[in-house]
Amino acid sequence: MDVLVAPNPDITWHLACEADAIPEDGGACALINGRQIAIFNFTRRGEWYATDNECPHRQQMALSRGMIGSQGDEPKVACPFHKKTFSLQSGQCLTDDAYQIATYPVKVDAGFVYIGV
Amino acid sequence: MSDNTNRRIVVIGNGMVGYKFCEKLIAKNKNGHHFSLTVFGEEPRVAYDRVHLSAYFAGKSADDLTLAPERWYAENGIDLYLTDPVVDIDRERKQVRSHHGLVVPYDYLILATGSGAFVPSVAGVEKDGVFVYRTIEDLDFIQSYARKARKGAVLGGGLLGLEAAKALLDLGLEEAHVVEFAPRLMPRQIDDAGSGILQRQLESLGLHIHLSKSTQEITGDDAITGMRFADDSLLEVDMLVISAGIRPRDELAKASGLDTHPRGGILVNNFLQTSDPTIFAIGECAVVHHMIYGLVAPGYEMADVVASRLLGDEKEFKPFDMSTKLKLIGTDVASFGDPFAAESGTHACRTIVYENRAKGVYKRINVSADGKELIGGILVGDAEQYNMLLQTCKNKTILPPDPEDLILGSRGGEDAGAGVMSLPDDALICSCEAITKAMLCHEISEKGHNTVDALKKSTKACTGCGGCTPMVKDLILGVMKQQGVYVRNILCEHFDYTRQELLDLVKINNLKSYGSILNQFGHGDGCEVCKPAVASILASLWNENILEKGRATIQDSNDRFLANIQKGGTYSVVPRIPGGEISPDKLIAIGQVAKRYGLYTKITGGQRIDLFGAHVGDLPRIWEELIAAGFESGHAYGKSLRTVKSCVGSTWCRYGVQDSVSFAIEIEERYKGIRSPHKLKSGVSGCVRECAEAQSKDFGIIATEKGWNLYIGGNGGSKPQHAQLLASDVDKETCIRYIDRFLMFYIKTADPLTRTATWLNKLDGGMTYLKAVVIDDVLGIAADLEREMQLLVDTFKCEWTEVVENPELRQRFAHFVNVPEQYDPTVQFDALRDQKRAKEWR
Repeated sequence: MDVLVAPNPDITWHLACEADAIPEDGGACALINGRQIAIFNFTRRGEWYATDNECPHRQQMALSRGMIGSQGDEPKVACPFHKKTFSLQSGQCLTDDAYQIATYPVKVDAGFVYIGV
Repeated sequence: MSDNTNRRIVVIGNGMVGYKFCEKLIAKNKNGHHFSLTVFGEEPRVAYDRVHLSAYFAGKSADDLTLAPERWYAENGIDLYLTDPVVDIDRERKQVRSHHGLVVPYDYLILATGSGAFVPSVAGVEKDGVFVYRTIEDLDFIQSYARKARKGAVLGGGLLGLEAAKALLDLGLEEAHVVEFAPRLMPRQIDDAGSGILQRQLESLGLHIHLSKSTQEITGDDAITGMRFADDSLLEVDMLVISAGIRPRDELAKASGLDTHPRGGILVNNFLQTSDPTIFAIGECAVVHHMIYGLVAPGYEMADVVASRLLGDEKEFKPFDMSTKLKLIGTDVASFGDPFAAESGTHACRTIVYENRAKGVYKRINVSADGKELIGGILVGDAEQYNMLLQTCKNKTILPPDPEDLILGSRGGEDAGAGVMSLPDDALICSCEAITKAMLCHEISEKGHNTVDALKKSTKACTGCGGCTPMVKDLILGVMKQQGVYVRNILCEHFDYTRQELLDLVKINNLKSYGSILNQFGHGDGCEVCKPAVASILASLWNENILEKGRATIQDSNDRFLANIQKGGTYSVVPRIPGGEISPDKLIAIGQVAKRYGLYTKITGGQRIDLFGAHVGDLPRIWEELIAAGFESGHAYGKSLRTVKSCVGSTWCRYGVQDSVSFAIEIEERYKGIRSPHKLKSGVSGCVRECAEAQSKDFGIIATEKGWNLYIGGNGGSKPQHAQLLASDVDKETCIRYIDRFLMFYIKTADPLTRTATWLNKLDGGMTYLKAVVIDDVLGIAADLEREMQLLVDTFKCEWTEVVENPELRQRFAHFVNVPEQYDPTVQFDALRDQKRAKEWR
């Protein structure tokens, strides 16, 4: 039972992990349908985010290991490799307009994290 | 021309200028005019930075040089056809036909065909081993041929030729020669005296330079073996790069009946229109004002003129300043305005020359006869004043009574920011992107874009040649000072404190978590700048495990996984080997671990062994085994003490006067694990021969007959700096006491990511002041500093031992949180000699 039926027919919710498996104010990577997805537990803001784990700059699977934070009010993550930063909301690269990552809806229910793909 | 519904624009050529035209057209089209844009390029790659082509040999990838990825064209609705040059223009039907047979109609056609290398008609240029220097493909050919070549030459001693010669040196050729027809190097930019200085500088770096040489023949059967000159002399070489100038690509224009110049180039008017008003030519293929502009900045301006015009803005291409500044193999070379005003007689002028052969510096300025205006000049060896001189020249600023001050530097200690602030508002600061001082000031003061990065994004300043970056920095400081902002090095947008201020606040308030510090002294949610800075402060003050109590996620990624992230996302592991001393059993243990986990091993520069290619999930198991064999973390991942390098000293060496290995081990054991603003390196030498290179370290110790000499503030890296003597002939205990005080003073006062050398350079009073604090204790803090250091020494714990023994910390070392036993499937390796390497990234 790792697939739930969601109201939005275009989104399938996949169970990723237990909520406390993702460190507070940090991220971890989950393998979902063969796709690497970075999940962020932004405890300070009480928000959850999910994005591609791959940084498009050098195609490195590392965004989940990046530091998160904010620029103005925009929540962001910095790639550990060359510190390109991406909005956790829109996926737009904030330091170089040429790059963009995908973001995914997240919901946390009864201590489990689900990603909509 | 303002009627512009559904216009079809075709661009022939996807070089720097062709790309810039697309970028300008998209950016300027704020009114949402409809047009279709089609681009044909001959090369297989999207437009890349040809100005910095030689950086390709110095390690930049083709990707780094790309101006905008292919995606950018698609996102902006541009049809891009690469490897598909246009072969025919049908001006009757207004359509072009490509090599692959694609026919595209146009309303406006832009020729941005650029130039090719000019190859002089010398017998034998077709032989193997003869190359031109123009595209990334040319560079690939040169690179692969250079592997079997020993001696190489470049034909042409101009700007590009010298770049190519540098490339040959970078490729590791034993001999690199430059052959120039004219009697001096860079004949178009600099004069005889300047060229002489440049030549000596280049020769001292190993280049062989041959002037006034007319090449008659390239010798050899199939492949080049040498060059024969008009004076019958012969130069034996295995390869030759021709860089004797450019030839505009006008063949397509010619074939379609457009007017061209008899010596090459497409003739255009001031609006860059060819003899067919619907066809434009821009960049190095165009002849405007009777000349070809062979630089990127005027090419960009041409792109701007045509893009503006197609969007209904009447703009004209005006004569463009050809001033240049570049770094040739480490030597600055610049010319501006009219550098040859005296020789050519275009202006009545006086010339002021400063020449210092010992330092390899030559400066010349041409001043108008009345002494009021700067007409032009040449700088070789030191071009620091280039930007100011260029601005003075362009803006016709009235010169000071002693114009020689302009090249001798300000001798009165003038404020650094004042120079640029005195320029008029319309002074052009970034000539690549045509950005004036007023535009930048507006961005800084009205929009709050007060960092170079922010200005790069909002104006594109500094994104071309980068030459204006120092002026832009000065301008930011100047504008902020004008606004009454006291400029301090605050951490980032989340903390209005310097690192030193925050460290004091954290200490006084006894704070131990990032969250509490941000709540009390910051705002927002933190970022990748302040998080590691605060992490370092916490570690330097309290020395608790950096991964515990929610501190893991404020660490920079290397600290978070206690290993160094490498290409491909695997990690490298460095066990501590104090002083570089290691037993055979421990060597065997490292070898066994490396074999078991398939790791690449290499001796580091700091007398340790680095094990590369570890999956994140394997790290705890690897460390479990290393710890069992008696190793501890080497902190190669941290901003902390790396290694204390030693020579073998008096225990074996016949020259040694003290036991340097024992002292190095003692020092390394004492300071290991201590977090600091940046990494720390040390070394101990057993005698004045200095085999441990202690004088290149943050703190280095050299044995004397009477004791030890302590040097501090040394640095390798991109800006090497020798350490300075702090104390001489001291005993071990005193030496350690001084190091305690020095390190703790540095840890408490330095900005983030500032090495001791830079910190010392910026310290008011410099070495004299530091000696007063560390040795004479003028601040009365020496006892505190020693006590604080002793606390750090006493509380040391091996971080890896703690992780290995703590199941909760240990489980964070997995690539997939939901399948922790699985490695990242995208990690790939290539075989390398008997080991492996990370797969090259794209």
